[in-house]
Amino acid sequence: MGKYIAKRAGYMLITLFIIATFSFILMKLLPGSPLTAEQKVTAAQRAIIEAKYGLDQPILIQYFKYIGNLVQGDLGVSFQLKNQPVTKILMAGVPVSAQLGIWALFIGTFFGMLLGLLASIKHNTVFDYGANIISVLGISIPSFIFAGLLQYFVGVKLGWLPIAFWGTPQQMIMPIISLSIFPMAISSRFLRTEMIEVLGSDYMVTAKAKGVSNFALVFKHALRNALIPLITVMGPMAVSLMTGTLVIEQIFSVPGLGEQFTRGVLTNDYSIIMGTTLFFAFFFILVILIIDLLYGIVDPRIRLSGGED
Amino acid sequence: MKKKSLLLLILGLVMSMFLVACGGDDTSDSDNSGNDGGSDTEQDDSGNDDSTSGDAEQVLNLMEGSQIPTMDSVMATDAVAFQWLNETMEGLYRLDENTTPVPAIADGDPVVSEDGTEWTVTLREDAVWSNGDPVTAHDFVFAWRRAVNPETGSEYGPFMMNGVVKNAEAISNGEAEKEELGIEATSDYELKITLEKPVPYFHSLLTFGTYLPQNEAFVTEMGSDYALNSENLLYNGPFILTEWNPTGENANQWTLVKNDDYWDKDNVKLENINVSIVKETSTGVNLYNTGEVDRAGLSAEYVAQYAGTEDYRTLGEAVLFYLKFNHDNEFLSNVNVRKAISMTIGKQGLVDVILANGSLVSNGAVPSSFTSHPDTGEDFREINGDLIVEDKEAAKEYWATALEELGTDTVELGYLGGDSEVAQEMDSYIKNQLEGNLDGLTVEVTSVPFEERISRDENSEYDIQNSGWGPDYLDPSTWLNMWTSDSPYMTMNYNNEEYDTLIHEANNELITDLTARYDNFLEAEKVLMDDAAIAPLYQRSRAYLWRPSVKGVISNPMGADFTYKYAFIE
Repeated sequence: MGKYIAKRAGYMLITLFIIATFSFILMKLLPGSPLTAEQKVTAAQRAIIEAKYGLDQPILIQYFKYIGNLVQGDLGVSFQLKNQPVTKILMAGVPVSAQLGIWALFIGTFFGMLLGLLASIKHNTVFDYGANIISVLGISIPSFIFAGLLQYFVGVKLGWLPIAFWGTPQQMIMPIISLSIFPMAISSRFLRTEMIEVLGSDYMVTAKAKGVSNFALVFKHALRNALIPLITVMGPMAVSLMTGTLVIEQIFSVPGLGEQFTRGVLTNDYSIIMGTTLFFAFFFILVILIIDLLYGIVDPRIRLSGGED
Repeated sequence: MKKKSLLLLILGLVMSMFLVACGGDDTSDSDNSGNDGGSDTEQDDSGNDDSTSGDAEQVLNLMEGSQIPTMDSVMATDAVAFQWLNETMEGLYRLDENTTPVPAIADGDPVVSEDGTEWTVTLREDAVWSNGDPVTAHDFVFAWRRAVNPETGSEYGPFMMNGVVKNAEAISNGEAEKEELGIEATSDYELKITLEKPVPYFHSLLTFGTYLPQNEAFVTEMGSDYALNSENLLYNGPFILTEWNPTGENANQWTLVKNDDYWDKDNVKLENINVSIVKETSTGVNLYNTGEVDRAGLSAEYVAQYAGTEDYRTLGEAVLFYLKFNHDNEFLSNVNVRKAISMTIGKQGLVDVILANGSLVSNGAVPSSFTSHPDTGEDFREINGDLIVEDKEAAKEYWATALEELGTDTVELGYLGGDSEVAQEMDSYIKNQLEGNLDGLTVEVTSVPFEERISRDENSEYDIQNSGWGPDYLDPSTWLNMWTSDSPYMTMNYNNEEYDTLIHEANNELITDLTARYDNFLEAEKVLMDDAAIAPLYQRSRAYLWRPSVKGVISNPMGADFTYKYAFIE
């Protein structure tokens, strides 16, 4: 296991390096410069300022400098938020976005599983249809619409929860719920389909004939097998949550990473773009690694010991 | 062991459900017991807001569209930064409600030498920084030098000072030492400012954020940490910034507290200004409707809903939008083509239907309510009147003449516009107007992000461009200088000798003759519009929900959008 993780960590670094290179190239292809008053600064002045930040040098040199600093853990300072170190900006936003995303993922998958389980056990009953409707709605209604409705009805009309901002548990409820709808819908759909298939398989019939209790049948035998596809979609789901947080953060004025990322791209804040891109990439790779490890826990057949491939 | 892991997973999920359930219960309970009980800071604000009905607590709750990019006055470039600098810092002068500079740190109006190039300003001796240091002439010298020093990397320093303060240009280009800048502290409380040439609007420039003072000892001690959060700053203005930290836990909110050491504190009535970053218009409206904020900007779709209510207000701004024509284009080089295009656009429909926020139709190159004639006090716009108005019939005639002159019956033009929703709507409206009225014209609209548009603009990569401009100082030249053929902002290849001469005279020979100079600007605008060099579209307004109990807020045509120094809650 340890060896496997070490190997994966190695791959991870290579992947990050490639991503850093590509995003650097793409970023340099963006029109404009990171200056904030571009419309007003004359070309001569801009050249002076760009020289100050080394932006006048050949791209290749800028690239090597960037990678050099990156290896030392220096992500530079933001152009837009003048002089603010990118690492500090990331460190302020990441916990907030992570809190929002992880809660949404857990709550979403938990209720999704519950819904899916119920639907599969009570297959073709009112429960099943109800769960089905909920998940179809959850998949088809974009989270920002749901967030807007929630904010208006629960926040303004009923006045139960604060409309926006972040910090207190009350403030966290609506953003988390809005974001958890999608993972809930997805996981309920997947679990239901898988469960129905597994429950109908031969070994289930055998187990049942052997006198295994219904509870044990569902939770010990069926659920574990049905979980594998669910774990597979967790990866893409985590990614969609990352983009989802951008939208939800904006609607509820949550001081997460989303604002930094969108503003970075819109204003050519090179160091912020690189910082957030690398962070998102790192996070995604990490999620994939965790998912691969989870496979082993759930299904002994794919347990990774030596890592022969 | 496998079982245990699975069990743990499920257990974890179950526990998370209980946690949520508890959280949910908490709120609904605490809500019944009182809105303020359950949560902290932000809810306190809403508590304060209830004051509208009764004893009027002097707290203002506002929203801002984005983070303050910097509180370092020499680095500031945008509206948000200048806004909060304006509340927490003070320069030599401050704009009053009539947009007239009034003494702030200065102790009276400046004394100007006969040739207009030497300005002597005496400072008041009772102004202090928030660490107790007196605000002296040296603080201005230090800040101004810092602003033009190329090592600082300021964008607005050179932009505001080059060609104005003596040697600023040479210093910012690295050709002179920063000590050679035309500002000198002749004593602790007297400044001698030397200008490159007489600058009639210099008085208003002295109210601008880039000209604010900085405490040398403090800035030097902080080094690169200066102004990174509210702790790393010194204040000398009406309010002190607190709890502002863009890399802190609650980066989206900050508070301004009345500065008890401020020299004019008796005129400051507000105790607190709470600011939150809210980007979404709907969220802002919701916060306004629940009383958590006192002002919310409205987008077009909300205007219909709130127009006519007591809380609805529109505020005109000195920001102009217009179509830039690339005069190198084979068709647009023809004056009749430009006239046809600029007169055929239904500008009234544009401001009424598409913008719907109180924006005004613009029929010139200088906005209304911006500057007035030095002798008569009449507004620039009123004197020159409507120079390019909508006239579809005349446009058709110009168009027919143009086609004849060009010897063609089809004209294809590119149109460069912004990518925001409103911009796209506006651009397709204009396209329809043009193609519908001018036979044979095809307009190809390209919508691009701001950065891309600026970059294409710089390279003159456009035929027609929807563009806008905001003023930087109180003088018609902030609008008219950019259309001269040698202006660094001239990207549309417009070249009219008469225009160039008028503007050049106004900025040189006539610089001390205020009346003749103003007349030159009036004349120049007529030349520009006669040429239909640009097609004026509209002067922007913004629509707000504005708590009627909030009084005394001054809105400024340049620099900070608002001044809250004299604001109060009734």
